Amino acid sequence: MAVAISVGPLRIAPADLVRWLIAQTGGRPGPLAAPAETAILQIRLPRVLAAVAVGAALSASGAVYQSLFRNPLVSPDILGVSSGAAFGAVVGIFLSLPVVGIEAMSFAGGLAAVLVAYAVAAAIRGRDTVLVLVLAGVVIGALFGAGIGLLKYLADPYNQLPAITFWLLGSLAAVNLGDLASLLPAVAIGVVPLALLRWQIDVMTLGEEEASALGLDTRRLRIVVVAAATLMTSAAVAASGVIGWIGLVVPHLARLVVGPAFARLLPVSILFGAGFLLVVDTLARTIGNIELPLGVLTAALGTPVFLWLLAFSRRPAWS
Amino acid sequence: MTAPRLAIEELSCGYPGHTVGRDLTFGVAAGEVLCVLGRNGEGKSTLFKTILGLLPPLAGRVRVDGEPTAGWSPRRRAMMFGYVPQSGAGGFPFTVREIVLMGRIAHRGPFSAPSRADHAAAEWALDGLGIARLAGRDWPRLSGGERQLALIARALAQEPRTLVLDEPTASLDFGNQLRVLDAVRGLARTRGLGVLLSTHHPEQAFACADRVAILAEGRLLRLGPPADTITAETLRACYSVDVAVVPLGSDRYRVCVPRAHLG
Repeated sequence: MAVAISVGPLRIAPADLVRWLIAQTGGRPGPLAAPAETAILQIRLPRVLAAVAVGAALSASGAVYQSLFRNPLVSPDILGVSSGAAFGAVVGIFLSLPVVGIEAMSFAGGLAAVLVAYAVAAAIRGRDTVLVLVLAGVVIGALFGAGIGLLKYLADPYNQLPAITFWLLGSLAAVNLGDLASLLPAVAIGVVPLALLRWQIDVMTLGEEEASALGLDTRRLRIVVVAAATLMTSAAVAASGVIGWIGLVVPHLARLVVGPAFARLLPVSILFGAGFLLVVDTLARTIGNIELPLGVLTAALGTPVFLWLLAFSRRPAWS
Repeated sequence: MTAPRLAIEELSCGYPGHTVGRDLTFGVAAGEVLCVLGRNGEGKSTLFKTILGLLPPLAGRVRVDGEPTAGWSPRRRAMMFGYVPQSGAGGFPFTVREIVLMGRIAHRGPFSAPSRADHAAAEWALDGLGIARLAGRDWPRLSGGERQLALIARALAQEPRTLVLDEPTASLDFGNQLRVLDAVRGLARTRGLGVLLSTHHPEQAFACADRVAILAEGRLLRLGPPADTITAETLRACYSVDVAVVPLGSDRYRVCVPRAHLG
């Protein structure tokens, strides 16, 4: 994190950073030049914290959804949360709302998509609940996707369309302290129940019937898990736009390393996800003269790592 | 016989608009092995799931020690019933020990890690079935027979009072079939567990069951000791085949031979 804070258009020597840190915590050594301090507090630090939080949120949600839906190919947007959040944000941009408004719309859109998917699944009884829930989520996600398409078609091509496109590619460039005030608590609130319920989440990987026969209230557990993951993912998408790949692949990667038990899978996924997005975002803003879109870099960097692990890991990933 | 611990009363089961079992009444006492026979699609699995509370009954009720189980929490059911599904334990590469420990989930608080007692129960269950050597193996790398034994170990670790096994010998080789049936019978004898199991092999009922329930067209065709219930006549009614049921050595064991081959 210290490295990520140091590098950028305005370079701050690590030694200076340490000295400044000591000064901040009440020790003596020297202050930084004013522009450097502003850069750290207003831009770098929020961005670094956001990268860590978004990476953690997406990979934690992905990990728990893969366990809950018993499928390693599931990602946090399986129930339509990303499409819903993206649609909300695009509506916000289309209506020329201020940034706060766009983020609020995005958050609400993500929650709404999952609520609708859940309501549909609850209304259709007598069939495999999880399957109906996933299908409802996929269909509703597609509907929101169509809505995004419509708004892009209608948007003003000079002002709004580039903003929409940029947002859909995902970026942490615009993150400020205000965003962190909503992102960090949402991620914290989402992670706690998942960490507490880690043993029961393991049992949910056996499927609804077996988990129920072993004594779990599967309906209640599913609601808690979906609510926690939706909260984290919506908050992440609202802050950073759509960053694909991490929620799908990082948990899988973590599982290859530490196995499927959620007590180990959750912390390792969070660690990998946070670290990975921090590295990628730092590269995105430093390797070129322009910022590279995050979604592009995550895939370009993550794919070889993942394939390498898949080929050489000795654990069976799935049967 | 004492009053049955598990009583199934006028139970109808199936799905809305599609009843598969009608008006079934029977009981399972402590220490008794009751074997359910019936052709494919006769509703044996549906019946078991209804007894376990995984499916709501269409009519009738299930009682445990006289108390109706309707409205029981999943946790309370898990303390009463250990379920061995036809195939289970999902697809993630948990170790056998982790899978067996999952049988203890109802015994502890929702946020608690497995305690020393939970670990002890899991080891005891693995030892009891002679599969302690499998404890560290990944689930996807087990054979069908090993999985079946591990699922039974999980049900034992659950410390239930009744075991419900859905075709526990279906995918096993000859040796493992005998081992599983022996284990099941031993558990009923030594621990006083009531056992309800289904099978496609009438001969297995002779080998392990105290009583047999034969289902045909969704109803209970016969209920009683194997020698009285498994006859040429009932097998014809149940499976539409012509077989002779021939005593082998002692009268306890009988084999079912197709008539066409008897000459």
